Amino acid sequence: MSQNVELDRVVMRFGAVTAVREVSLEVRGGEFFSFLGPSGCGKTTLLRLIGGFIDPTEGEIRIGGRDMRGIGPNRRPTAMIFQNLALFPLMPVWENIAFGLEVRGVPKSERRRRAEELLELIALPGYADKQVAELSGGQRQRVAIARALAVEPQVLLLDEPLSALDLKLRQHMRAELRALQKRTGVTFIYITHDQGEALAMSDRVGVMSQGVLQQVGRPEELYDTPLTPFVASFVGENNRFAGRVREAANGHATIETEAGIFRGRNVGRLSAGERALLFVRPERLQVANGGAVENRLTAPVSHRTFEGAFIYLVADVPGSRPVTVQLANTGAVPVSEPGGEITLGFAAEDAVILADQGEG
Amino acid sequence: MTALIRRFGLGLSALIIALPVFWIVMMIVLPELVMIDFAFRPNLLPAEIGGPKDVYTLGNFQTLVENTIHRAIFLKTIWASAFVTLVTLVVCYPIAYHLAQGTKPERTGFLILLLIIPFWINEILRTFAWFIILAYNGPLNALLSGLGLIDRPIRFLNGNFGVIIGMVYAYILFMVFPLYNSMESLDRNQIEAARDLGASAWRIHRRIVIPHAKPGIATGCIFTFMLAAGSYAVPALLGSPQSRWFTEIIYNWFFEGGNWNQGAAYAIVLLALCLGFILLMLRVFRVNLGDIAK
Amino acid sequence: MRRDPVTTWLMRIYLVLFFGYLFLPLMVMGAATFNTSRFPTVTPWLGTTFQWFVELYRDGAMWTALWTSLVIAAGVIAVSVPIGLAAALLLTSLHARARSFVYGVMVSPLLTPGVIIGISTLVFWQRFGVAGGVFLSVVAQSTYIIAYVMLMVMARLQRFDRSLEEAALDLGASHLQAFRRVMLPYLRPSLLAAAVIAFLQSFENYNTTLFVRGVDTTLTIYIASKVRTGVTPAVNALGLILIVLTVLAAVLYEWRRRSERRRESIAARRREVSEAAEGGVGRALAAPAE
Repeated sequence: MSQNVELDRVVMRFGAVTAVREVSLEVRGGEFFSFLGPSGCGKTTLLRLIGGFIDPTEGEIRIGGRDMRGIGPNRRPTAMIFQNLALFPLMPVWENIAFGLEVRGVPKSERRRRAEELLELIALPGYADKQVAELSGGQRQRVAIARALAVEPQVLLLDEPLSALDLKLRQHMRAELRALQKRTGVTFIYITHDQGEALAMSDRVGVMSQGVLQQVGRPEELYDTPLTPFVASFVGENNRFAGRVREAANGHATIETEAGIFRGRNVGRLSAGERALLFVRPERLQVANGGAVENRLTAPVSHRTFEGAFIYLVADVPGSRPVTVQLANTGAVPVSEPGGEITLGFAAEDAVILADQGEG
Repeated sequence: MTALIRRFGLGLSALIIALPVFWIVMMIVLPELVMIDFAFRPNLLPAEIGGPKDVYTLGNFQTLVENTIHRAIFLKTIWASAFVTLVTLVVCYPIAYHLAQGTKPERTGFLILLLIIPFWINEILRTFAWFIILAYNGPLNALLSGLGLIDRPIRFLNGNFGVIIGMVYAYILFMVFPLYNSMESLDRNQIEAARDLGASAWRIHRRIVIPHAKPGIATGCIFTFMLAAGSYAVPALLGSPQSRWFTEIIYNWFFEGGNWNQGAAYAIVLLALCLGFILLMLRVFRVNLGDIAK
Repeated sequence: MRRDPVTTWLMRIYLVLFFGYLFLPLMVMGAATFNTSRFPTVTPWLGTTFQWFVELYRDGAMWTALWTSLVIAAGVIAVSVPIGLAAALLLTSLHARARSFVYGVMVSPLLTPGVIIGISTLVFWQRFGVAGGVFLSVVAQSTYIIAYVMLMVMARLQRFDRSLEEAALDLGASHLQAFRRVMLPYLRPSLLAAAVIAFLQSFENYNTTLFVRGVDTTLTIYIASKVRTGVTPAVNALGLILIVLTVLAAVLYEWRRRSERRRESIAARRREVSEAAEGGVGRALAAPAE
């Protein structure tokens, strides 16, 4: 029922600006795939390329194995949920939903029936004859989804559709979208700059920065094993130490930083002497008062924030950026007031070592 | 071009390009060029066209320079149009300011509707109304003698007076609306602030309102002058043979003198006059053409 | 706004004078219709009569002129609305520099005196052996009326959300379907308004038509020639009828505008209600159908 989408060395240039640089990737049929990145990273351009609103400068886009060059958006098996939803303001709800059927010449009674079915699906029964202007933000959202699903697309493209909603509704819609995707089995390609959204909903996520696809993987992979410094710092919180590789063996490496000598997983496959960055998550740091931990450092605490379930400490490590520690409030956390020294530790398995490509 | 096709498809794009091109080429540019061509050729018999006499010449323009009556009428048209423009500006400025800054929005809507209604009524009818009022035995003369201000009726329709008052009346709205549009965008707080700082009403207008409304003033003046200089209806109805307008002479060349070449030359002089006025206004008010015609 | 009472009163007096100046002449003209005097005037009042309406009704030349005006106006609408629409669409699709140049050319007829437009049209078409008449009147008037239509359509087009068009295409519509079903309905109010303006402009045109009318007479030219060659209050009767129609049209327009705004505010209020109930609907969704 759903088709895959292949991008083959896709490049998109607008005049002198290169918005997308050599992106290759396969989105599998029936997958919920997200593109995650800051605004201006090229993810919206990528979505518009797949939707057929623009053709790539170089490279190929295939949907279900078919090259899509020169095929307009109206003849592609894709449907898009626009960022502003783009509901037709002059048509009532049911005509909006049935628009795709109308242009395919489906008779009116059949269109109406189908529209009401879809309204059931999105839990808005009885809304058929309402005007778009009467709907709330969440209702519009659902109507836009129904309108796209009405044409039974192979691939649904979603351009930050939740960005206009308030936080509570947004979280609710996440679950709803995910459930809808499972139910329909349609391939979803989702664009967002909100990592929580991407990690919570997607089967796989592609992280983009400055037109380059940095890494593709399951949310856990991205979080636990980032392959580039950008992914390491963009996805989730991370502490960063810069230094040089001292020795590397068996998938691990030791690096020498101003804050100390640390061992971690050699994800960047570096060899001795190379400049390196070590990343370790705030929640993987622990207070190490004499326990047997591989890596340790001692520093004065500068801030302490109590958030109920968690306690955040910020330590000023000499020769490094301030280090954040997230401690679960288990009741056994030692009270470290600002000003006092603290010794932190982390396991080598919890640290990721990547090549330092200069400031980025 | 490719963007257009991508947006509208081949068929629609072809129409979207072809229709305006027809308009620009066949209705605007070529007719003007042919008129210019006409103006620089002598008036010939049909048999002579294409013959040795059919050469470019400045003769038609020379006529205007040499004919003292035509020259006088041309100069009169210039100053009278400028005068009409000035009077219209002075009359309209307070109204536009009041509409833009002095009233509540609901009332503004109503007043604007009141302004638009006469605008929708035929220029000829509006002029005809003044024809009645200014008539020798008309209500204005009756009123003035009733008040004891005059002993015997004045012939208003005999000179330039009737023409000018009729033009001010006819073109008032072409001045009010550009002025209003440009003043409306002025933040009321600026005026309040200036008043707080102790500025007089005169200074507020000179330093804040007028500089802000410059594009509107320029637009209004351009339209009014162009309409006045190019008017045929008002002088024809409210003027007399002693107060002829330049357009009337052009008309006579075409339909009474039967000399289209001569008429085309005069038309070009009129066009050049309007163009010159536009450039003058853009210079004086330091605005560009993009701000005009909104 | 705070103002001292003197300024306020001066402004009030000025407003009264201004609107008096605007409307008194029209009232005088209307009133003269009912005066028995053969020459249209209100002084002296020789007696009240409706005879001038009868005379107007019996005036065959007037009816012919009215018909000519209507035919020309219909032609102008038929020519200028599609071309004006196409011109607006073309302009919004052009790049910035080309756009300002083409825009300049397109609005130039508005800055050209009407007589010039008439003359240039006349001399141009004469080359093709086309003489003055209804056809040339339509062409000449359209030359500048298209520019009005273009400006009015542009004003609305600038607020058009391009993603609506893309959404229609994305849902499988052909370019023609997207245009007919999404763009045209959106532009409809401005196209209607443009058609009305085109009609009014054509109907009242004098300066341009004068040169290209050939032997045909429009209502405006008919009125002007009457005024010059022997006017009777029958012309006032005609003027009065036109004024009444205009005022009615203005009232109708204002009434429609208000009911439109009322409809919008009702929709907005319903929307607020839905927003408030958002949480409730959300909970219902947690247990989806199927």
